[in-house]
Amino acid sequence: MPSVRFRLNGAPTEVDADPDRPLLDILRGRLGVTGPHFGCGAGECGACHVIVGDRAITSCDAPLWSVADKDVTTLEGLGSAEKPHPLQRAFIAEQAMQCGYCVAGILMSAAALLKQNPKPTETDVRTALDRNLCRCGSQNRIVRAVLRAANEMAAS
Amino acid sequence: MNSTAPTLPVSLAANPKLSSWVKFGSDGQVTLSPGKVEIGQGIVTALAQIAADELDIDLARVRMVRATTAGSPNEGVTSGSLSIQQSGRAIRAACAEIRQIFLLAAADKLGVNAGALDIEDGTISGPGNVSTSYWELAGEVSLDRDATPGATAKPIAKRALAGQPVQRLDIPDKVFGHRRFIHDMALPGMLHGRVMRPENSQAKLQGLRDDAARAVPGFVAVFRDGNFAGVICDSEASADAAVTALRKGANWSAGEALPDENKLADFLKAQPVESTVIDARTSANPGKTARTIKRQYTRPYIAHAAMAPSCAIAQWTGENVHVWTHSQGVYLLRADMALVLRIPVENITVEHLEGAGCYGHNAADDAALDAVLLAKAAGGKPVRVQWTRADEMTHGPFGAAMAIEIEADLDANNEIVAWRHAIWSNGHAARPGRGTKPMLLAGYEIADPFPRAISGNPPQANGGGADRNSIPLYDFPSWKVESHRLLTMPVRTSALRTLGGQGNAFAIESFLDEIAAERGEDPVAFRLRHLKDERARDVIRAAAKLANWKPAAKPGIGYGVGYSRYKNTGAYCAAVAEIEGDEDIRVRKLWLATDVGEAINPDGVSNQIEGGAIQATSWVLKERVRFDRERITSSSWTEYPILTFSETPQVEVQVIQRSEIDPVGAGEAAHGPVTAAIANAVFDCLGVRVRNLPITRDALIAAMAAS
Repeated sequence: MPSVRFRLNGAPTEVDADPDRPLLDILRGRLGVTGPHFGCGAGECGACHVIVGDRAITSCDAPLWSVADKDVTTLEGLGSAEKPHPLQRAFIAEQAMQCGYCVAGILMSAAALLKQNPKPTETDVRTALDRNLCRCGSQNRIVRAVLRAANEMAAS
Repeated sequence: MNSTAPTLPVSLAANPKLSSWVKFGSDGQVTLSPGKVEIGQGIVTALAQIAADELDIDLARVRMVRATTAGSPNEGVTSGSLSIQQSGRAIRAACAEIRQIFLLAAADKLGVNAGALDIEDGTISGPGNVSTSYWELAGEVSLDRDATPGATAKPIAKRALAGQPVQRLDIPDKVFGHRRFIHDMALPGMLHGRVMRPENSQAKLQGLRDDAARAVPGFVAVFRDGNFAGVICDSEASADAAVTALRKGANWSAGEALPDENKLADFLKAQPVESTVIDARTSANPGKTARTIKRQYTRPYIAHAAMAPSCAIAQWTGENVHVWTHSQGVYLLRADMALVLRIPVENITVEHLEGAGCYGHNAADDAALDAVLLAKAAGGKPVRVQWTRADEMTHGPFGAAMAIEIEADLDANNEIVAWRHAIWSNGHAARPGRGTKPMLLAGYEIADPFPRAISGNPPQANGGGADRNSIPLYDFPSWKVESHRLLTMPVRTSALRTLGGQGNAFAIESFLDEIAAERGEDPVAFRLRHLKDERARDVIRAAAKLANWKPAAKPGIGYGVGYSRYKNTGAYCAAVAEIEGDEDIRVRKLWLATDVGEAINPDGVSNQIEGGAIQATSWVLKERVRFDRERITSSSWTEYPILTFSETPQVEVQVIQRSEIDPVGAGEAAHGPVTAAIANAVFDCLGVRVRNLPITRDALIAAMAAS
């Protein structure tokens, strides 16, 4: 079995696996990283978003080989209760979810957006999050939380 | 207030032992065990608020226990917007009594009058600096006693937490990726199962070759019982590969025919039905009918389409099985599992873990039985079963399609003299655990199968099913409401948010709007003129005020209003919609006002109303389960699209706080009013009445052609 190397949340990682297997399956099934969620398996809902380089991608349909030698960031690498990312603080402040299953991927989309565009407009945020679905109807709270985080990051 | 003897709240009457609800640990913690479960609605937080408030403890001391048949109070199912009403009232009454019990015990111990004692964060103190605490007394005070009616809860003015927008307890875990969802749980030695289901509706498994599945690395076992078949492997990836291989070796029968999705009303009205008169009112002095108008409204089958596919874990130990599930009712699921497995309920433990947002009876219970069956072949190891996206979109129960006919007799001034409302629909409830036959999918598939249940409707006393919200809330002189429940069920239906409430409110409020327009009367004024209930009038006036009703006409923009009181007895809600319409409809803004009585957590209520409003917008603009004559075809997000971030309207919510009135739930209040408000705004904008949901471009064209 070939081995694929990448950096997972900053840590060098090596996986012996079929390189065509979906990254999500490797993260959850092999590495026990459950931040990214399975929603559809077809890249349509965004619950599985992770950041590769500086872009959010659907890990459910990205083959393992596509992240060879790259930086992969999952929700676990975004921040922690002790050292939260401004987005995580903002999602708590805005109570920006109902069930929160989709939020795992949405936080990663938002983090990638803020890397590329630190001062997004509301329309920018909505457009960036159009690759993520939310079924509970928390879209507006989520948009507010992303804008709050952007403001906070701009001020600091 | 009345003078009858006090009674216990229903959930407390059913589970009177105080210790089944509340326990004091020795570590300064309080354990609260509701029978209701978190389904993304924030109930865990609201219940903790109520308990902390009544007991006078810090919210951080409350530990919430997930519902389990191993000891939680049996509160039936978490549905119908009843959790605050049932669990909340029970917890308030139980905690008020517990507080009193401890005050008396403290008075005894401290030698002071109970009336002179105060409680602050669990410390009970009195004159002369004497003090003790719940935790000091916990060893001496037994809560293994039944609640007594009449416990006095705190006066409203003294409530410190209930009524406050405190932050939800579960949200930090979810933003930091801590394992909280059932999907993220891993048990030692856990195996992974996948079930193979037919594409064609109710097809039978006529032959199965499993050699290719067995050859998949990581394969553990194939399990087959009649038409039910699945695989177990040591990883999800292997299970996916094995079930794909198994599918190739399966030979299915043709299945049962499905209706023509483009002729839903014709289908619904042509089936054998059970007809019930839901309500009738006659007038001694009816007005004189000048003309009669009749309209027909339809809504399609609607999918739950939760973000996560259903998931469950099961583990057999000898004759006993432990099940982890995101079911809405652990006891009810256990009852049906016992029927299918033909074992006593005592052998089954069902424990709740959070899943993705739940909007009614979805596939959670079905997945739980799948896991239990597959785990029979796992040699005592736990088996986790996760459905595929396609199965989630095609094999779970759907919200039932409806055809609704309303006929009104109008007098010479177009005032309503008589009103007739008739519904054709499959039943809206086929929940597990309530009958002598199980209501679980695999129960219909096993070799010794149970009959496939035809959905029923709860009685009006429980809010009704297809007939929910069909009885007019307006003071028409006379009416007759009739419900025709289908006795065939080619498409499986059960409870989806509001049951028939969304369809009925859509029909009633659209029809009223049409009559008001014919009269040249403002639709808000028209509604207010027909409503005496001040709480109803208040939400309509509040929503109208928020929207600055009625904004000046602008080309391409329309405004509409809708109102309903959920179940006719629950939360009041009014909505105003602003839409932009040309070839397509875009909902730009929604203004809503709601009255749930005492809003325990106003931010939680607002979140539920806003979420309901956005979900309803999605239903109205986009959603329709698709099928051909053989199978459900809307098996992915491409074929069953829902509202995106860019399509989401701005939403403004006003919660009218009425602390003096017993609280009711908010989760289903917005769907009906929002649906109607959008449809009425479409008319305001384009001059066309769309009476068949969803309001897509095709529906607009069809409505224009018909008018």
